[in-house]
Amino acid sequence: MKYFTFAAGLLSASMTLAQTPTLIIYAPDYFASEWGPGPSIEAAFEESCSCDLQFKTGDVLSRIILEGANTQADVVIGFNTDVTKKARETGLFVAHGQDNAQLTLPIDWSDDVFLPFNYSHTAFIYNTEKVSNPPSSFDELVNSNTELSLVIQDPRSSISGLALVLWVKAIYGDQAEAVWEKLAPKILTVTKGWSESYGLFSEGEADMVLSYTTSPAYHIMVEGDLSKKAVIFPEGHYFMVELAAKVANTDMPELADAFLGFIMTERFQKLIPEGNWSLPAALPKSQWPRAFQELPLPEKVLFYSEQQAASLRKDTIEEWRRALSK
Amino acid sequence: MAPRIVQIIASVLIGTFVILPLLAVWRQAEGTNSLGPADWSALRFTILQASLSAVLSCVLAVPLARALSRARFFGRDLIIKLLGAPFILPVIVAILGLIAVFGHNGWINLGLKSLGLGGFSIYGLHGILLAHIFFNLPLATRLILLGWETIPKERLRLSQSLAFTPVSRFCLIEWPMLKTVIPSALVVIFVICLSSFTVALALGGGPKSTTLELAIYQAFRFEFDFEKAAILGLMQMCLSLAAAYLALVFALTDQLGIGLDRNIHFGSLPIWQNIVDGVVIMLALMFLGLPLFLVLVNGLSSIASLPLPIWMAALRSVLIALGATALCLLIALSLLSRSGEVLATLGIAVSPLVLGTGLFLMARPFVNPFEISLAVTLLVNTLMALPFAVRILRPEMIQINANFNRLSLALGMSRLGWVRWVVWPRLRRPLGFAAGLTAALSIGDLGVIALFGDAERATLPLKLYQLMGSYRMEQAAGCASLLLLLSFGFFWIFDMWGRRNA
Repeated sequence: MKYFTFAAGLLSASMTLAQTPTLIIYAPDYFASEWGPGPSIEAAFEESCSCDLQFKTGDVLSRIILEGANTQADVVIGFNTDVTKKARETGLFVAHGQDNAQLTLPIDWSDDVFLPFNYSHTAFIYNTEKVSNPPSSFDELVNSNTELSLVIQDPRSSISGLALVLWVKAIYGDQAEAVWEKLAPKILTVTKGWSESYGLFSEGEADMVLSYTTSPAYHIMVEGDLSKKAVIFPEGHYFMVELAAKVANTDMPELADAFLGFIMTERFQKLIPEGNWSLPAALPKSQWPRAFQELPLPEKVLFYSEQQAASLRKDTIEEWRRALSK
Repeated sequence: MAPRIVQIIASVLIGTFVILPLLAVWRQAEGTNSLGPADWSALRFTILQASLSAVLSCVLAVPLARALSRARFFGRDLIIKLLGAPFILPVIVAILGLIAVFGHNGWINLGLKSLGLGGFSIYGLHGILLAHIFFNLPLATRLILLGWETIPKERLRLSQSLAFTPVSRFCLIEWPMLKTVIPSALVVIFVICLSSFTVALALGGGPKSTTLELAIYQAFRFEFDFEKAAILGLMQMCLSLAAAYLALVFALTDQLGIGLDRNIHFGSLPIWQNIVDGVVIMLALMFLGLPLFLVLVNGLSSIASLPLPIWMAALRSVLIALGATALCLLIALSLLSRSGEVLATLGIAVSPLVLGTGLFLMARPFVNPFEISLAVTLLVNTLMALPFAVRILRPEMIQINANFNRLSLALGMSRLGWVRWVVWPRLRRPLGFAAGLTAALSIGDLGVIALFGDAERATLPLKLYQLMGSYRMEQAAGCASLLLLLSFGFFWIFDMWGRRNA
């Protein structure tokens, strides 16, 4: 009898669930996992929307392209500027309808389809207990004779790896390939993605790892470890932003709009720093957590528009490949 | 052994789940890029590293299997079981384990430095080979060891009473057996290494070590060029099938006759032989055991503090593994023929990325792919383990047929009796090994769940990646230890069951 009541309870619970509208958001795995910002964002949004928000994870853009207009997604979150050109060309996304003037990014943002929700910059992270005098500029990193070993990500398989080759291109232009040749002996190895690189760095295998200016915040806030620092270069750092967009064919247009509006609220933005270990895209610095306010950040921010990045991509990757294959 | 109709069904099933996904991806044709010089050099490098990995793993496995087959010492069974473990680790865990031993600050380099000797770098082609041997030496050893166990003991006794020199014993008895076992071991290892990507890149030290799988990944995730991905996937599959076919041509069946199927004690071996065997086994144990031991110890203390979702994911992984094991053995038993061996190779011949995407495309018109992601994972794990299961079971089945078919015909044995009294007791040992391998492989596989999972359906390896992706390296280490314990535990249980009374 007990079981029967339990089953009946389950049944009625799922029936009420079926009546509430569902908002489906495609997101990268790290975003929606227990350790990402996803769950707390879901809870916060569901408080007011009287809906059921569901994250579906995986390769967001690959999947949307394969699904085409039949996609179940109402909103996507977690795009990077490196894929927005392709995403825009599919015609699967419509205007986000938010006011870009609310943004607090270090660059101007005028895109009306892709809405930034957090940002960071590429940076090399080192351990102060192991490296006593880190290079003070990118030039010094390239030309120094000290035996610094770096782990980086492959630009062909990783977003941060791609940002790195664009970073080098933005600083050195035509000299990029020569710079890569000088860097080559310092590069211990190249990995498929960020996790493998950061794992190697954490094990003490390399002196510096390609990561983000915001990475030290995790170690400070969660581990109380002050020894991981980003080296800030006067030449500037490459800007990395994550974006959300509304799917044109959504069957929940009002809910999708409501969610995009929610992204710009203080409530959402305050979940970002400790959820995604990034800087909120629409929150004044005075409202960031203290550890984030105190992070050393670059004064100069380098960034290619999606058109420029797309036209440079193939050649910069090829320069990188040639220089490192010698 | 299975009725013809079952064989046909199994073959059609495999064909459907391997060829159709490839075609489904191809049909997405949105391709703009043709294959460039970088792709061709990736192809060359892929073949080079896969061939070298396969040959070296098998060459090193011969002395090890030989030592294990004749040495008798306390802990021998334990070592043979341990030999299943490295093969089944998620690559990222294995890389970190190898780095802890062979890396810049690894044990070997620290040892060399304290002796005042120069450092040693793991990064390069030799690093890739080291990792691939680490993954595949145990498998090759176990496959060859099974071969050793099929040599009729009478033949060894005969060689003893004829006072064969070690050389003539090798040429006349062991080599004919090796010729039947090694080609198929070479093929599976070659085919697994073809799709190596994370290991090849990280330990290869950079873009010199680009494999086809990286090109497929790039075409998928960054260029959205599905046609190119399908073409590259097809190239990979052709290579695998060509290798599998070649192996069949070269794998001659053992024609030296049959034995009485019993155990004979040979007395003790000469002392020098015991020493050589001991050294070989010790070296292998250190090479394979140390990285695993370090992974295990590194995370052991964090296991107890792992949060509930990790345990739920672990449970999910175990259930998938058990399902995959049952299905895999069922299909493998109906594919114990020459053509079955080639067919089974298809399971690992297609890039998991292409396979996963293809299945996703095929399922989409009928069901919501998210709903069936766990079932698809189970199916893909089954396909992945199939080539190994078939190769483990087939040599024993050939021996059983050769040894007992005539006798059972003469006795007028029923089909049921044949299975119960002849096949079952003898096939049980390889069956246990195949089951253990499938279960462990399935627990450690990240696979297609990463392509279209969702938060509520994550498996343990996916959780491990999520933890690493959000800086939680300590919990990830705990997760890796748990994964190692689970996959090894299941391997152990099945293998034990197979070896009991065997």
